[in-house]
Amino acid sequence: MLRRPSRSGTRHPLVELTLCRFREFLREPEAVFWVFAFPVIMTCALGIAFRSRGAEPIIAGVVEQAGADEVAAALERAGGFTVRRIAPDEVARAVRDGRAPVVVVPGSPPTYRFDQARAESQVARLAVDAALQRAAGRTDAFAPVEQPVLSVGSRYIDWLVPGLLGMNIMSTGLWGVGFSIVQSRTKKLLKRLVATPMSKAHYLMSHVFSRLLFLALEVLVIVGFARLFFDVRVHGSVAALAGLALLGALSFGALGLLLASRARTIEAVSGLMNLVMLPMWVLSGVFFASTNFPEAMQPFIKALPLTALNDAMRAVVNEGHTVAAVTTEIAVLAAWGLVSFVLSLKLFRWQ
Amino acid sequence: MKRYGTVTAVDGLDLKVLRGECFGLLGPNGAGKTTTIEILEGLLHADEGDVQVLGLRWATDAATLRPRLGIQLQETQLADKLTVEETLRLFRSFYPSGPTVGELLDTVELAPKREAWVSKLSGGQKQRLSVACALAGRPDLLFLDEPTTGLDPQSRRQLWEVLERFREGGGTILITTHYMDEAHAVCDRVGIMDQGKLIALGTPRELVASLGAEHVVEFALADGAALETPLLAALPGVRDVRRDETHLHLSTSELHRTVPALLDLLTRRQATLSQLGTHSATLEDVFVTLTGRQLRDE
Repeated sequence: MLRRPSRSGTRHPLVELTLCRFREFLREPEAVFWVFAFPVIMTCALGIAFRSRGAEPIIAGVVEQAGADEVAAALERAGGFTVRRIAPDEVARAVRDGRAPVVVVPGSPPTYRFDQARAESQVARLAVDAALQRAAGRTDAFAPVEQPVLSVGSRYIDWLVPGLLGMNIMSTGLWGVGFSIVQSRTKKLLKRLVATPMSKAHYLMSHVFSRLLFLALEVLVIVGFARLFFDVRVHGSVAALAGLALLGALSFGALGLLLASRARTIEAVSGLMNLVMLPMWVLSGVFFASTNFPEAMQPFIKALPLTALNDAMRAVVNEGHTVAAVTTEIAVLAAWGLVSFVLSLKLFRWQ
Repeated sequence: MKRYGTVTAVDGLDLKVLRGECFGLLGPNGAGKTTTIEILEGLLHADEGDVQVLGLRWATDAATLRPRLGIQLQETQLADKLTVEETLRLFRSFYPSGPTVGELLDTVELAPKREAWVSKLSGGQKQRLSVACALAGRPDLLFLDEPTTGLDPQSRRQLWEVLERFREGGGTILITTHYMDEAHAVCDRVGIMDQGKLIALGTPRELVASLGAEHVVEFALADGAALETPLLAALPGVRDVRRDETHLHLSTSELHRTVPALLDLLTRRQATLSQLGTHSATLEDVFVTLTGRQLRDE
């Protein structure tokens, strides 16, 4: 339908515009790096830093003083601990920098030094206490039956990957569209284009569409890499994930158009982009859950497009939901995209 | 009429460009040439007055008018990382009909560069590509805004040849320039603009003839010697006397009588020449005579 039959074999202007955008992007090595290499490196680094270590022993520090050997021996008998000897003046630092999340000061009774604000430190304290109490003669009331659940999909990396994907769709959508438009404006190329019979809507749409061509690659690279190296699985349907990514890309592409609709310089548009993206990096649950923020902020956070995209993709990837379960998020994303596109058509500065 | 704040950029311009001719708008920077051409191109709106292009008006007929015009803007930089062919293919796709990309490449002699990125082209090649983009819809009317500014003489000549070919096909051209030789070489008629007004209109030959003097004698005197203007004006053949900081300029219709008379006068006054030259009167002289200022770089 887009191919117009013609003697000279010309394609539809929307196809030509989209192809040109696509080629220009591919010929910009920096852009290719930020879109493809950067998210993979990020996934890799975070995956290694937060890899699952449920089976690893708990590190327990023991202060080097009278009674240290007895404590160390008791912990080793109990099993599951790595004992680290700590010099008396090093205790506070060892707890703080995580060398030993809990440090036992031998005595009667012993003293536990740990960081209350850190879950890891709390857990270590409980485990050390139980081991030492038993060694001192405490008997358990019962021996519970333990059934560890090892579910792929509940690790940090499983939670992180959809967030990274969302962040990437946002930043490439905004940068990819905004940057090239402002560049064309400063080079007076926009003015030259409106001096032709080109449809303005075609021009704006081509920016959003050329994003879609990359989107497929982007999503494949990130999801494929996470699957291969960290065994991150998509529990819901792949089609649902693809649909959400598509909607997200359209929505952020339109937002990029809006941000670039009046800016005259690259500096101005960069400032605007950062202003819009930074709050979402923090608030929308890329690296940590947005539920960490106070209840009063939640309605605002939920209305952000990146929150909607991340929540929806996590529901599909981690929990195996269908799109029917994320209609609210879909509505939020669609509204952002639609309003942005209509506004930018009205506000756009061509000269 | 077009105003920017209190500045009136184009003021009461009354001008008709005939079908099939090449019309040149001449004038110094800031004369209002670009404003005029952009109003005609539909990129700016006139605050007052009536503008018709090909018998149509922008307010009512933009959709019919746009595809019939070819436009080259002064400062456009085409996308650096597209090839020549890709750029032309893009522009060609905007028009319902027109030559093929191959034909366009041949017209501007860029076929050997079809695979080259725009950023790798020379200044002259970029301008020819820019003109090729303007020709992509086989326009009836071609607007060119200072297309050869900054180009070397050979590149300028190559571009003139492209314009010549377009005219052979029956096209009309409106070109702005501040090169007088360009106006002589390519324009059938020229209009000279200054400070938003049209101050002269005619064929280059007519305008030069209107000076009543075909030659200009330029000279300078050594040792700060002086000659009074009335004395010079009285020399045979002299039509006009002008001074600038260093030189005296005599416009004359009879060079063969003026020069000996001038030398006689100098001998009588015991003045010594430090410089003497003559040239045929040009459009530049027309402008200088009309405004008392030089056309370029003020």
